[in-house]
Amino acid sequence: MSTYSSISQLLALAEETGLPLWKTVQTADCDEQSLSEADSRSAMAKMLSVMRSALENYDARHRSMSGLSGGDGGRMEAYIASGKSISGPLVGKMTAAALKMGECNACMKRIVAAPTAGACGVLPAVLLPAGEELGLPDERLVEALYVAAGIGQVIAGRASISGAQSGCQAEIGSASAMAAAALVHLCGGTSKQMVNAAALALKSLLGLVCDPVGGLVEVPCIKRNVIGAVNALTAAEMSLAGVKSRVPPDEVIDAMKEIGDTMPASLRETAEGGLAATPSGRAAVGG
Amino acid sequence: MSIFDILGPVMVGPSSSHTAGAVRMGQITRRLVGGEPVRAKILLSGSFASTGAGHGTPRAIVAGLMGFMPDDERIPYSFEIAGERGLEFEFGTAVLHDVHPNSALITVENDRGERVEVGASSPGGGRILVFSLDGLPASFSGEVPTLIVRTGDMPGYVSRVTGVLAAQGINMSKLRVERQGRGETAIMVIECDQRIPYKVKVAISAIEGVKKVTRLNPGEESK
Repeated sequence: MSTYSSISQLLALAEETGLPLWKTVQTADCDEQSLSEADSRSAMAKMLSVMRSALENYDARHRSMSGLSGGDGGRMEAYIASGKSISGPLVGKMTAAALKMGECNACMKRIVAAPTAGACGVLPAVLLPAGEELGLPDERLVEALYVAAGIGQVIAGRASISGAQSGCQAEIGSASAMAAAALVHLCGGTSKQMVNAAALALKSLLGLVCDPVGGLVEVPCIKRNVIGAVNALTAAEMSLAGVKSRVPPDEVIDAMKEIGDTMPASLRETAEGGLAATPSGRAAVGG
Repeated sequence: MSIFDILGPVMVGPSSSHTAGAVRMGQITRRLVGGEPVRAKILLSGSFASTGAGHGTPRAIVAGLMGFMPDDERIPYSFEIAGERGLEFEFGTAVLHDVHPNSALITVENDRGERVEVGASSPGGGRILVFSLDGLPASFSGEVPTLIVRTGDMPGYVSRVTGVLAAQGINMSKLRVERQGRGETAIMVIECDQRIPYKVKVAISAIEGVKKVTRLNPGEESK
């Protein structure tokens, strides 16, 4: 199978072969990497299991090396359990899961970079609660991870998944686009709806800068995993409802690259601008 | 790029460059010195010096020196484990020029009294680049099978070393030779298309003037 460097090529490849999108991504990667499908599948299943164990082993008592982070996932979970949440249990679970994963990363727990460590919470925060809600077997979740990886691969190739290069849009934005497409897969949507959801999700996070306090992957990174997850949920729902992105996915990705290329260095992970440069941001790390 | 570069690596947080890459830097230093490291001096540069502590970078490098993988949950406790294992370490900072901001200079001594000095950078995604070895310029990552041969500087050693590879049917993709000065130690770094078997190490070690042979085969980092 030939490979792809754009979302439109990925869609065309899926159409040509008659394979579902996830299978197209898997087959193309197996060919490219000389990997058997069984090995690929077990490697992807491992990613799912690492995500799940990180979430399950979350401990609200843990704090990060800097002391800035920890405990918020527990706070959110307790609030949802109290029944006072206005957004309902699913959004609440996603919010709590995104916080927990971001905190696990900050507290030096084992996570899956998806596509980066700073954005590691988005995919699991969307997929694990949704899989539970829909009563889906793990196989489906693993398939959804292939969908996510295919989207991420195109973004990484055409633009960037690095905050230092293109800002947070490239990390949380990419993760959100990947999660939106993956969620459409879980909901039984079409390949076109998956990539449309990715476009809708990424559009909403274009321009997001990388301005971590003290240069650490904590403030605002952990909480931005929440917006990445919730944004993926609404993008997937819009796409399933038939709402279309006026700008196709590849052009949205190209726009992200252009925005990243013109973003000042102070807003690309250098901790010299944005939240990092605020009085409270500086004070938080003793600067 | 594989899809597992997008979903992955599995790693201990918080940063692929400042944590996972830092583990890899320690790990490659361990393999380059051989044996069991007993003393290490680690100089952090650039962003590693300014934000390393909050990212667990020092603990990650020490974990790597003990052979831990980037997903090892003992990484946050590496200082304590190093204490139990008798690995002494000290940290400092250095201003390294013309290198990536995420860099360190690691000098390590093993249980046989052998020393190596490794300059390495972590540009992102958990990948690393060794830019100096024992003060000589270098450029390798260990992502492909890599052979490092330290020899005396004398005529013909390059052809004798590459002859061993040729005889084993191993194809070279990159060869770099640097020496400290005329007649002094030279370092050959050879990147190969195939895994480098133990017998190649034995055969090259037998060549007159060869001082040390190190094999870096991907997937065998923890051995």
